[in-house]
Amino acid sequence: MKLTKLLTTVAVATGLFAQSAAADDMRIAIVVKALGIGFFEAAAKGAEEAAQELGDVEIIYTGPTDTTAEGQIEVINSLIAQRVDAIAISANDTDALVPTLKKAMQRGITVVSWDSGVAPDGRMAHLNPSSNELIGNMIIKLAADELPADGGKVAVLSATTTSTNQNIWIEEMTKVLPNYPGVEVIGTVYGDDLADKSYREAQGLMQSNPDLNAIIAPTSVGIVAAAQAVVDAGKVGQVNVTGLGLPSEMAGAIESGASKSFAIWNPIDLGYSATMMAYHLAKGDATAEPGAEISIGRMGEVTLDDTNSAAMADPFVYDETNIDDFKSIF
Amino acid sequence: MTITTTDPDYSPKTATTTAGRRIPDRLTPPMVRAIKSWESLLLLVAVGIFILNSFASPYFLDAWNLSDATFNFTEKAMIAFAMALLIIAGEIDLSVAAIIALASTAMGLMMQAGFDTPMIVATGLMTGLICGAFNGVLVTRLGLPSIVVTIGTMSLFRGISYIVLGDGAFRGYPESFSWFGQGYVFWVISTELAIFAILAVIYGVVLHKTNFGRAVYAVGNNATAAMFSGIRVARVKMILFLLTGLMSGLAAVCLTSRLGSTRPSIATGFELEVVTMVVLGGINILGGSGSIPGVVIAAFVMGLVTFGLGLLNVPGIVMSIVIGALLIGVIALPRLWQKFRRG
Repeated sequence: MKLTKLLTTVAVATGLFAQSAAADDMRIAIVVKALGIGFFEAAAKGAEEAAQELGDVEIIYTGPTDTTAEGQIEVINSLIAQRVDAIAISANDTDALVPTLKKAMQRGITVVSWDSGVAPDGRMAHLNPSSNELIGNMIIKLAADELPADGGKVAVLSATTTSTNQNIWIEEMTKVLPNYPGVEVIGTVYGDDLADKSYREAQGLMQSNPDLNAIIAPTSVGIVAAAQAVVDAGKVGQVNVTGLGLPSEMAGAIESGASKSFAIWNPIDLGYSATMMAYHLAKGDATAEPGAEISIGRMGEVTLDDTNSAAMADPFVYDETNIDDFKSIF
Repeated sequence: MTITTTDPDYSPKTATTTAGRRIPDRLTPPMVRAIKSWESLLLLVAVGIFILNSFASPYFLDAWNLSDATFNFTEKAMIAFAMALLIIAGEIDLSVAAIIALASTAMGLMMQAGFDTPMIVATGLMTGLICGAFNGVLVTRLGLPSIVVTIGTMSLFRGISYIVLGDGAFRGYPESFSWFGQGYVFWVISTELAIFAILAVIYGVVLHKTNFGRAVYAVGNNATAAMFSGIRVARVKMILFLLTGLMSGLAAVCLTSRLGSTRPSIATGFELEVVTMVVLGGINILGGSGSIPGVVIAAFVMGLVTFGLGLLNVPGIVMSIVIGALLIGVIALPRLWQKFRRG
């Protein structure tokens, strides 16, 4: 340790490259799929926010140039060499990173995955941006909020009949439907995640149900196509499009009024929470075991399930008040 | 002394050393030649980078860390040796990364069929050989340009593994299989590093000490002349394609073992890094010249640069720029220097 400090001093004194933070700060590495992606840059912003709040944390934001597992392994190897305290990674490959991350954990580094997970062997805990239950509830809530007081008719525009994610979300939505009296779901159509097919399916919905109040599209392709169909049919204000979408693609729909609001995870919150989780696990004031509760700062608390995974929060709602801030991010 | 000569390596000293009846096979004495060679320039760069790195990061001078860093280049270097010979002979193989993907997929299928490590490894090597043979036949029998053939097979080989795997993956390789990519033969010397060292010696001997090695240079310098002097040009090239395929198969064994799984996107972009390594090692991309020690040093240079910059958390984008600048710099500097001396 003394030698390390001495060498650090030498490095600084030589003026080659300055080591920025104090030596006793906890160093948490945020490893992303690839650098230069808006979503991850935003997550890094969240990580910095968490670091400021915690005080004694230095964030190392890094990742490969291409979204390859081999590139991430090189990055992880150099992080192991630097003896960082924790690695929080969004993985390019569920399995290929496991041997390297195992090595990191053997050398005393706390490893958590977030966003895109690593197989349980290769990490201590995983943070999902949300959970299927929360998403299912959120999409129907967004539709219900904009319906007339006495309720109304809602249709679902999904991806393909075999899309696992969408099917689970719609199933979860159906479960909580009794909580939203007056909301009548008239059925589900499938746009196959193709822009033109989704557009035609949305058109068809409006033609066969003239009194339709809302279309829920839990897919980023479908929601944009549906919003366009509503604009083209002149039904802005009458049919509200909502669901899951990307702010950059949905900015136009929010502006035109075809969509009042939609949801997706907030990358800033995700980066913030992953950092918090890594911090508490590395600090030792939380252990990674099923049922453990870990504080994630302003986002509250998460509970690990039996695979040590946790869900961060409800999907974040985007509407006209915040769309401008996020449309340039992702 | 003013001696005008077309040979830039010619130096006045040779006039005295060659005064006797002995006819030299080189115009410059070996020592002078060695000092002025590409390899020593590269070695100088490598040492420079090493020293800079040890000052720049307190974590650099650590046996285990340096051992970890070798994984950045060992697999690519295995292919680079065979590729060096192939490029010296005037051909190129851009399908090497795709061969890795296909070989890894074949190994995954064997693993799923319940075979153990020896059979899995044999499958990887055989797949590499077959792919190499396929490239070789197209180039030597049909006379197609190797760059065209291997750009084609690059998509073909990887395409097959995408068809087999789709967005899935093979996982669950046997425990003993992990020795190749995660094991150590002695202290910090990993299996991969040991394979790399052994191959370096073998390729060095083959290229610089055997008739076959001379034939490779001859083919690269002038295939027609080589043919008229009795060298079976097509056979030499065929052997080199087989070797490149075999090395890609070997790299597939190591990489698959290191990752512990197979995905069709495995080793994406490796072909360009291998070619970069070869060219940085002083192999003439147009064929005819170059040496194995050059490639060995180039492998270390690339490994040290990426690892050193990684320790400083320099973004990968900047790293690519540094490697690119290094390549152009190391190639351009000697030429500029020569121009300056002559002009």
